[in-house]
Amino acid sequence: MDVDSRRLVQIGAERVSHIGDTEFPGHYPNEDHSWNLDKFREKLTVQIQRLSQRSIEFDLVGVDASIANAFRRIMIAEVPTMAIEQVYIFNNTTVIHDEILAHRIGLIPLNVDPTQMDMKEDGAPPTDRNTIEFQINIQCTHNPDYKKGSSSPTDDELYVNHQLLSSHVEWKPVGEQSTRMTDVAPTNPNIVLAKLRPGQGVEMSLLATYRLHPNIIIKSPIPIERADEFSKCFSPGVVKINKKKGTVEIDQKGMRNDTVSREVLRDPEFKDMVELGRIRDWFIFQVESESAYKPEQLLPEAINVMREKISTMREAATALLKAHGEGGDDDVVME
Amino acid sequence: MDGLTESGWDNAGSNWRGLGLTDPIKSVEDKWLLLPAFLKVKGLVKQHIDSFNYFVDVDIKNVVKANNKVTSDVDPRFWLKYTDINIGFPDRFEVEAIEKRVTPHECRLRDITYAAPIIVTVQYTRGKKIVQRNVNIGRLPIMLRSNKCVLTGKDEAELARMSECPLDPGGYFVVKGTEKVILVQEQLSKNRIIVETDSVKGIVQASCTSSTHGGLKSKTYVVTKKAKIYLRHNCVHEDVPIVIALKALGIQSDKEILLLTAGSTEAYRVAFSSSLEDAAKLGVFTRHQALEWIGSRVKVNRRVMGPRRPAWEEALEALATIVLAHVPVTGLDFRSKAIFVATMTRRVLMAMDDEKMVDDRDYVGNKRLELAGQLLALLFEDLFKTYNSNLKTAIDKTLKKPSRVNEYDAWHTMQFQGDHITSGFVRAISTGNWSLKRFKMERAGVTHVLSRLSFISALGMMTRISSQFEKTRKVSGPRALQPSQWGMLCPSDTPEGEACGLVKNLALMTHITTDVEEEPIIRLAYMLGVEDISLATGTEIYGPHTFVVNVNGTIIGLTRYPARFVLQFRKLRRARRISEFVSVYINHHHKAVHIASDGGRICRPMIIVENGRPRVTSNDISELKCGKLTFDDFLRKGIVEYLDVNEENDSYIALYESDIVATTTHLEIEPFTLLGAVAGLIPYPHHNQSPRNTYQCAMGKQAIGAIGYNQLNRIDTLLYLSVYPQQPMVKTKTIELVGYDRLPAGQNATVAVMSYSGYDIEDALILNKASLDRGYGRCQVLRKNATLIRKYPNGTYDRLADAPLEENGRKAKKYDIIQEDGLAGVGERVDPGDVYVNKQTPTNANDNTFSGQAASVPYKNAPMTYKSPVAGNIDKVMISDTDNDQTIIKVLIRQTRRPELGDKFSSRHGQKGVCGLIVNQEDMPFNDQGINPDTIMNPHGFPSRMTVGKMIELLAGKAGVLNGKLQYGTAFGGSKVEDMSRILIENGFSYSGKDMLTSGITGEPLEAYVYFGPIYYQCACFLNCGLGLLTRLLEHMVMDKMHARARGPRATLTRQPTEGRSREGGLRLGEMERDCLIGYGATQLLLERLMISSDKFEVNACQECGLMGYNGWCTYCKSSKKMAQLTIPYAAKLLFQELMAMNVVPRLMLDDA
Repeated sequence: MDVDSRRLVQIGAERVSHIGDTEFPGHYPNEDHSWNLDKFREKLTVQIQRLSQRSIEFDLVGVDASIANAFRRIMIAEVPTMAIEQVYIFNNTTVIHDEILAHRIGLIPLNVDPTQMDMKEDGAPPTDRNTIEFQINIQCTHNPDYKKGSSSPTDDELYVNHQLLSSHVEWKPVGEQSTRMTDVAPTNPNIVLAKLRPGQGVEMSLLATYRLHPNIIIKSPIPIERADEFSKCFSPGVVKINKKKGTVEIDQKGMRNDTVSREVLRDPEFKDMVELGRIRDWFIFQVESESAYKPEQLLPEAINVMREKISTMREAATALLKAHGEGGDDDVVME
Repeated sequence: MDGLTESGWDNAGSNWRGLGLTDPIKSVEDKWLLLPAFLKVKGLVKQHIDSFNYFVDVDIKNVVKANNKVTSDVDPRFWLKYTDINIGFPDRFEVEAIEKRVTPHECRLRDITYAAPIIVTVQYTRGKKIVQRNVNIGRLPIMLRSNKCVLTGKDEAELARMSECPLDPGGYFVVKGTEKVILVQEQLSKNRIIVETDSVKGIVQASCTSSTHGGLKSKTYVVTKKAKIYLRHNCVHEDVPIVIALKALGIQSDKEILLLTAGSTEAYRVAFSSSLEDAAKLGVFTRHQALEWIGSRVKVNRRVMGPRRPAWEEALEALATIVLAHVPVTGLDFRSKAIFVATMTRRVLMAMDDEKMVDDRDYVGNKRLELAGQLLALLFEDLFKTYNSNLKTAIDKTLKKPSRVNEYDAWHTMQFQGDHITSGFVRAISTGNWSLKRFKMERAGVTHVLSRLSFISALGMMTRISSQFEKTRKVSGPRALQPSQWGMLCPSDTPEGEACGLVKNLALMTHITTDVEEEPIIRLAYMLGVEDISLATGTEIYGPHTFVVNVNGTIIGLTRYPARFVLQFRKLRRARRISEFVSVYINHHHKAVHIASDGGRICRPMIIVENGRPRVTSNDISELKCGKLTFDDFLRKGIVEYLDVNEENDSYIALYESDIVATTTHLEIEPFTLLGAVAGLIPYPHHNQSPRNTYQCAMGKQAIGAIGYNQLNRIDTLLYLSVYPQQPMVKTKTIELVGYDRLPAGQNATVAVMSYSGYDIEDALILNKASLDRGYGRCQVLRKNATLIRKYPNGTYDRLADAPLEENGRKAKKYDIIQEDGLAGVGERVDPGDVYVNKQTPTNANDNTFSGQAASVPYKNAPMTYKSPVAGNIDKVMISDTDNDQTIIKVLIRQTRRPELGDKFSSRHGQKGVCGLIVNQEDMPFNDQGINPDTIMNPHGFPSRMTVGKMIELLAGKAGVLNGKLQYGTAFGGSKVEDMSRILIENGFSYSGKDMLTSGITGEPLEAYVYFGPIYYQCACFLNCGLGLLTRLLEHMVMDKMHARARGPRATLTRQPTEGRSREGGLRLGEMERDCLIGYGATQLLLERLMISSDKFEVNACQECGLMGYNGWCTYCKSSKKMAQLTIPYAAKLLFQELMAMNVVPRLMLDDA
């Protein structure tokens, strides 16, 4: 894989350089870098590499860091998810204090599609459109089946219900919720303790990150007798050693898994033989979702949020333009 | 296990134990396991508990034995004798109680004293019979986990049933519900000679503080005055010439005196000669003359007026009983006392000749530590004596009555003696004032409230040693780190500021001795060939090969083979024929062998090395591992022994096994034991700059964390708890030994060492908001509010009332959490201003003339209102009775807080910082794995602090996280950096711990690699936790501090405004403020602040000569032609004149601006 050096972030032993994109109009003489949809389309690829129940890894190639970062930030902070906001505690005899228990319950991710719900405004009356009710009712007792004998009985043998898990949080459908929604429950069985009945609200919690695609170039051939040492400087599968031919190569596919630990740069001999880098506009996204969203839904959802933002911006901008056109110099009021 | 396989007899054909002569000596693996074994036997606060046990089991009996008889002045046939004394187990004092046993926790909650009855067995005459009975004479507060405590020997489940934490060290008292510690007091050793010089005054003095069991203390000096030597003591008005003193002590001939003091050394003889002449000049030649001379100068304080005794008798008594009281005088044999005085004199002569021969009073071997047991023994003796004299007067009173129906039984009198002993103990321990007139003791601040800020603060308090030195004195000697402190006292753990170096802490493996009987030891010494001192003359004592043998400072004899004597003595000790805490060592400078068996010496165990091999083998250790051996077995087998500071300095101790040479006598068990329990929490302390470790020792005690397993059952005045405490990723062995991993105070935060946003300058930290949302640094504050429901002497009483109703029939808002019983419901939220105990008091509570119906009395409201500005929750409400049947109500109110801007955080390396900014997660930088830091720390914190240990902690922590193991940062050991780097490399990280991060704001990679990984952070959210308290405090303080002035007094000399609030002074515009104004260019403001509003002064200057003139006249040029008037600060004029007074001429060159 030959990568244009302009696309590379260079990894040195002690510093990272060429961080930012330079392909903007006017930077390179006699080159046209004005934004062009066709060119952008041509370069842009989104490819899913791995998909599981709770996580996705996809490559986003051909956009600027600001765009990729915007998606990351939106996915972390702005894609709406559901969380328990109000907890009414009627009886709590556990060692966990009320407010801490409430805090812990608030951290449970819920399997509710937020698009089916409205955001509850402050002070708005709870309705079946903006509130979901849960209930916890659990009592720990001694296990009647437990017989004395084992020297160190586990808690499981001794007690019934000794843990309040998030699976104990029961959904109580209200109104037409029972027909509209199914499987409303925490996404993960967890640990807590007590008796309670919660209400609802909106908050955010999930993890999205990206890294840049690593790029390793061997500038001069690596001596075969040190091939093993060389390959140990990289993550497994990055270096291909061909014993017969006596060549050492970088596996183009395996390269993406390298962690760029810069270990190779510590070796005085290897130091000048390789060049480490990362491809500036090749973002390997890794998204984990603990919410109702399927991981593959998250990017489209993020794009939706972003488009909403853009449209707000556009409205504001046109309003600004209009205001100027009319010669008024009042502040633009954003809707 | 290596030892087991090697010790096989099967291959006896080869060399000894299968090893050849040239084979390297196998080191004893895991010899540090002796440390947990030691702590298992002794616990962390063994010194307190041992001392208390000694008092309860042994010393208290000695005290009673010394004061065991009460007689009557009225009836000579009556006597009462104490034959025995015993302390029972703590019980409830209430008579009606069915379950008598009481737990310490109940005492804490009910504000009562955890005490046990003191029961004496008395024999006395009743009529003509002699009766023996047991009598309860009072109650003694019991130290937790001591012999008499109900908690000793209980396992974890039993302790849990008693609401007690198994990790709590004990060693304190519960008095009136508060936990009180008697701090260890450091003192100069008793009965030992200390020689000091004052080079300014040219004085050499040898002093000796005598202390006998009766508690009588006196200090005797032998001092030089104008090259002559005198004996000085408080009971004699005048300094006694040494020769007169020695003559009075029975050494009459000058020749003998010279031999006993100066010996045959010519230099000493010359120095002493003038003293001999002195006595002759005074005309004192015989013993009788000497006694007469002294007797006329003795202070006589006799209460009982008897017949006046001749002066020589007075002198004889003073010399026998008061001067050097610890040297026994049997019959009228003053020989040993004379030799002691002669030895003191000789030491003075030696120091006069060679100034190196002085003693160091800061040397730890010259120190004794006074513990709870000793202080309680003194207190008990005083109380017991008062009790006996009270008893005697009471008995006399009854016996005086002429007609008695039945025969007198002293037992009844003893029953009605009141609680003098009980209240004496309680008063002394709860106030900390040990004022015992009988022993001339007046000490305040002996006890302290046990600090329960965190588990470590409680533990740190138990190992604390306070010094008797004044804190205000600016002396460096007692504060400096003593080399002899090694292994005994922690070099890091001392407070900063005025108490620096005076308050110390014990190291991990130290033990403080208790008294051991000395008679058997003296007998043993004679048996080992020591010649009795009273048979020796000066020639023998100071002979070329003779060594003097001392036991506890008293000279008992001579030996010519000190090395052999010491060797045999040690052998007997190792065979356990004498207590393991008896120390013996040779002092070659003084040519003396010292045996010490007194209490309060610091000592520590060490492995014995013989023939270049440690006596502990891998075999022993493996047996220790599987529990077949305990630490006591090691002592019994003579492979480990205790060394006190003096003996330690006479030994040759190898730090590591590889350092052993032929002359080595001992091997250290583990070097990290030289640190104390608090300093032991620091990972890699040997990589840090020393003061940083000291700072951490102060800060570790403030960290908020878990306090004990019973923390939620406790009702303390103020309790700080962490919601999610974590054990550190990088542990130390000490952490495991003290139980910090089970009661931690902090959390492992992922730290990025980088600058971010500018809100992190000056040690400020950036926190991740999402981390805080998830519970990082969250803490709880529980505050106790107590009130008494009192019964008044006039029959009225307080009551709890239902919430009052307003006119509309509803409860007022502030009463909304009050339930029918007048108390707030548990779990309710308390807002500021809410009432949580609706108490009412009778209006005539103090009216003692009232005699009506108690129920019909008018009441007024006396509610308890919540004052803190932050809402809380009712955590607990407790209703109980105190000792004197008053109902007590305790309400515990809880607040939960998340970290805020300005909260204090600290790592374990003395690097504290406040939170400067809380950043959203998406704005935080992230690494390839998508990990955001919890905290961002500014790298400028490192260069000047040099806390390399913190960097290694990060590296080790990161490696630990990556391979799922806890790493060790034990002092002088721990996980190696190289291994840690290797783990990082194996997991695809850079060896250096620096990761490539991406900015969360721009989305572009950061240009520098960032040091990134977990560091254990302690949260000390005191800035906000104390908010309620603080605001109230501030109200107070603002009144005191508020100050401003427009015009006012000026200092006479400079004519500048005075300084300070008390002098109604101005507010100083200092150098830095001046620099600001200069930098800004505000010249007119500068001129105004610095001159016009301050000390402007009009002067006349001569343009010709440049000097200042007066009234338009230049006195130098004798003209008024070129005079000009200008304004300068008075201070500048003063400076010019002062310079002129020093022959420097400042000239004012005037120019038109």
